[in-house]
Amino acid sequence: MRRLHLPLLILLLTGLSLGVFYHKVWNLGFPVLPAQTTDNWTVEARVAFEPTGGALTARLFLPHEPPGFALLDEHFVSRGYGLATGMGADNREATWTTRSPSGRQVLYYRAAVYQLQRSLRTQPEYPGPADVPDLEEPYLSAAETIIDQVRARSADITSFATVLVRDMLSAADENMGLFVSGNASERDRVAVAIELLAGARIPARMAHGLQLTDRGRDLQPRTWLEVHNTREWVAVNPNDGSVGYPEHFLVWWYGDGDPVELSRARNAQVSFAVSRNFQDAVDTAQQRAKLLNSRVMDFSLFGLPVQTQNMYRVLLMVPVGAMIIVLLRNVVGVQTFGTFMPVLIALSFRETELLGGVILFTLIVSLGLAIRFYLEHLKLLLVPRLAAVVSIVVMLMLALSILSHRLGIEHGLAIALFPMVILAMTIERMSIVWEEHGAGDAIRQGIGSLMVAVAGYLLMINPYIEHLIFVFPELLLIVLAATLLLGRYTGYRLSELLRFRVLAGRSKS
Amino acid sequence: MKWFITPQELRRQGVVGMNRRNTQMIAELNPRSRYPLVDDKLQTKAVAIAAGISVPELYGVIETNHDVRHLPAIVAGREDFVIKPAHGSGGNGILVITGRVGEQFRKASGLLVDLDGLKHHVSNILSGMYSLGGQPDRAMIEYRVRFDPLFGQVSFQGVPDIRTVVYKGYPAMAMVRLPTRTSDGKANLHQGAVGAGIAIATGVTGHGVLHNDIVDQHPDTGAPLGGIAIPGWGRLLELAAGCYELTGLGYLGVDVVLDRDLGPLILELNARPGLAVQIANGTGLLGNVECIDARAAQAALGPADRVAFVRGLALRE
Repeated sequence: MRRLHLPLLILLLTGLSLGVFYHKVWNLGFPVLPAQTTDNWTVEARVAFEPTGGALTARLFLPHEPPGFALLDEHFVSRGYGLATGMGADNREATWTTRSPSGRQVLYYRAAVYQLQRSLRTQPEYPGPADVPDLEEPYLSAAETIIDQVRARSADITSFATVLVRDMLSAADENMGLFVSGNASERDRVAVAIELLAGARIPARMAHGLQLTDRGRDLQPRTWLEVHNTREWVAVNPNDGSVGYPEHFLVWWYGDGDPVELSRARNAQVSFAVSRNFQDAVDTAQQRAKLLNSRVMDFSLFGLPVQTQNMYRVLLMVPVGAMIIVLLRNVVGVQTFGTFMPVLIALSFRETELLGGVILFTLIVSLGLAIRFYLEHLKLLLVPRLAAVVSIVVMLMLALSILSHRLGIEHGLAIALFPMVILAMTIERMSIVWEEHGAGDAIRQGIGSLMVAVAGYLLMINPYIEHLIFVFPELLLIVLAATLLLGRYTGYRLSELLRFRVLAGRSKS
Repeated sequence: MKWFITPQELRRQGVVGMNRRNTQMIAELNPRSRYPLVDDKLQTKAVAIAAGISVPELYGVIETNHDVRHLPAIVAGREDFVIKPAHGSGGNGILVITGRVGEQFRKASGLLVDLDGLKHHVSNILSGMYSLGGQPDRAMIEYRVRFDPLFGQVSFQGVPDIRTVVYKGYPAMAMVRLPTRTSDGKANLHQGAVGAGIAIATGVTGHGVLHNDIVDQHPDTGAPLGGIAIPGWGRLLELAAGCYELTGLGYLGVDVVLDRDLGPLILELNARPGLAVQIANGTGLLGNVECIDARAAQAALGPADRVAFVRGLALRE
C-alpha cells in the first residue's frame, strides 16, 4: 500500500486537474491560447402586429442549442405582457399574453450567441423511419421512380438527400416536374424533398435560420433541409445539395410553421437584425459558465478584484518556477545558493527585464561581496553583520538607481524591486562558501543560481504558460503531481555522470 | 578517460547517487528524531561515553557570549586543543590549535591567531554561523588528537580520520580521509582533502580520490596512498558498527581517528554521509547494500557478527 500511495496520489491529482481543465475547455469554451477573441453576435427578432381586441397571445419560436453556436444571454422587451418560455413540440417558444392591448404592438427578443468550434447540442435520438406518405397516382409511381433513380446513384442517407436535391434543382425529369416547378421557393423544395425522403422512409425536417452578417437588418430566414442518418441530423443545402450549414448560419426553428403565431391580432410582421461584436474569449466563456450555472465559476480567479488578480497572475507562476528548481537541482544537479532564492530573483527579473536584471544582480552581488569581505576583518557577530549587509545592499540599490537615472537608463530604477533581504543572504552565503570552499565553488554556485533564475524567468514570462496557469489554475495540481513524482526520483543527476566519471571502464571488483 | 559516465554503467557498478541516498537511505532509514543525537556533538559524546566508546576528552563548553571570557581559563595550560561548533556540519567552523607562540596560538595551517581571534571564532560559532539552519550554537573545546604516525607520510597537517559508512549496522564501505594543504588541516573531501579507499576485509588502503579524480599519491607529500595496513582494523569496524545501536540510524557515517596514545577514538557521527567513498573505493555501495539487506532481513546480529559477515562478503568476491 505504501508503494502505491504516491502513484495513486499523483494519478488522482493529475486526473482531477485534467478533468476540470477538459470541462472548462470543451464545455465552457475557455481558450487554451492567450489573447483569443470570439465571434459574438447579437441577434434580434422584432414582432409587430395590430391587436383585434380581447385577450391576446403571441407565440415566437426561439433558438435552442443551435448547431455551431452557444447561447450566452437573452432577454425580452415586452412591456405590459406576461411572458412564459418553454419547450414546444419541436422548438423552444416564448409566449406573450396580455389582456387588453391597444394600438400597434412591438415585441423584441434579443439573444447573444457566440460561435463554437464544434456543436454543443445534445443529439436527439433517431426518430425511427419516416411514415410513407399516402400519394395518389400519378404521384405515387412518379415518386417511386424518382426514389429508385436516386437510390441507384447514392451510397447512404446523406448522399441520397444530396442527389435528390440536385435532381430537384435540375428538374429535367418529368417525374420530378410533377412535384416541383422550376421557380419553386426554397421552402417548397424542402417540403417536397421531405415528402420524397419519407417515401424512402428517411426522416427529414425543415430548419429555418439566419445567415448572420454584421449589421444585417431585415434578414430573411432561410430554409434548410435536415435528414437523420440514424446517428445525427445532417444539414443539406436545398440550393445545391451540399452537406452542412454555411459559416455564420444560426438555426432558429424547425418545422414548417411560421416563427410567430398570434391570436386576436393581424398584420403580423417579424423581422430579424444582427450585429457582430468581438469579445475576449475568456469573458465569453465566463458568461457562458454563469449561464450554465457552473460550479467552476464559484472558484474562479476572475471574481477577484483586478488588483488581486494581477498579483495572482505573478504568484501562480511561482510553483512553476519552483518545479524548474526541482528539475534543475535534483535531475540536472545544478548547485544554487538557497533553495528558492533563484525563483525570487526570477520574479524580480520580470520587472527589470532579463539583461538589465542579470547585470544589476551581478553588480550588486559583486559589490556586496567586496564589502562583505571588508566586514570580515571587523570580526562582527552574525546578526549585526547580516544587518550591515542588508543596509549596504539597500544603499547600493539606491546608488545604482540614482546613477542609472542620471545616465538615462530607466531600467536601473527597477532595481528597487529586487528582494534585498534575499540579496543580502545570497551575499552572506556566497562569502562563506568563498572562504570555506574556495572562490571556484562560490562562483560556480553563483553562476548556477543565476542560470536557474534565468531559466525560471524565461519560463515564467512565457505568455502561453502564464495564460494557461491563470485561466486554468487547476493545472497547478499537475505541477504539484510532477513535483511529488520528482520527490521520489532516485536516479542519477546529470552532474553525477561527471562526478563519478573516474569509475567509467572499471569492472565491478 | 571519458568526460562522463553513462547511467547504465553507473547502475552496473551499483553507484548510489544523491537522490537515491536522500530518499532510500536517509529518508527511510534515519528517523528524524534521532538526528539531534548526531548533529549535536555534545550529545554524541555523552551517549558514546555512556556506552563505553572512546571519544576525545572534552575540555569545556561555551554556551553564551557572556561565557566567552572563560575561554582563557579553559585553554590555560593547554598547548593544543580544538574548538568546534556542537552543531557544525561538513567540518566547517573547526579551529585546530597545535601550539602556542608567546601570546599567540598556532593554527594547524601554521598561521598565528591571537586570543581575540579565538574569541571571535567562538562568537561566530555561538551566533550559529556554522550550524545547520543558522540556529544559535554552543562551542566545544576538546582534546586535539595526536595522530598515529601511520598516516604521517600521507597527510599534510591536521588529523586524518577513517570514515566508515555503516548501513543498517553493517560497515558497508570505508576510506581514510587525509588533510592536504588546500583543505587547511580539515579531513573533508569537498574542502580538498584526499580520500583513500580501504578494503573492508583487510583494512589495507587502496588508491585515493581528490576532487572526484583518482590519485595514487598524496598531492603535498607525494607518498603513495595505497598499501597502508590499519592496525586493529577488526576492532575499529566493530566500534563503527556499534554506533548503529548507539544512534538507531540506518545510514550513518562514523569518523574514527587513530590516536598515537589512545587508539581509535570516535570523532563524530554523520547522519548524511557523502558519496565520495564510492570513488575512493572504485565501486558503488549498492553491491554491499543488497547483500546486507538480504542478511539483515534474516537475522538481527550483534556488531561483531555484522563485521564478520561484511568481511566474509568481501573475501568471497
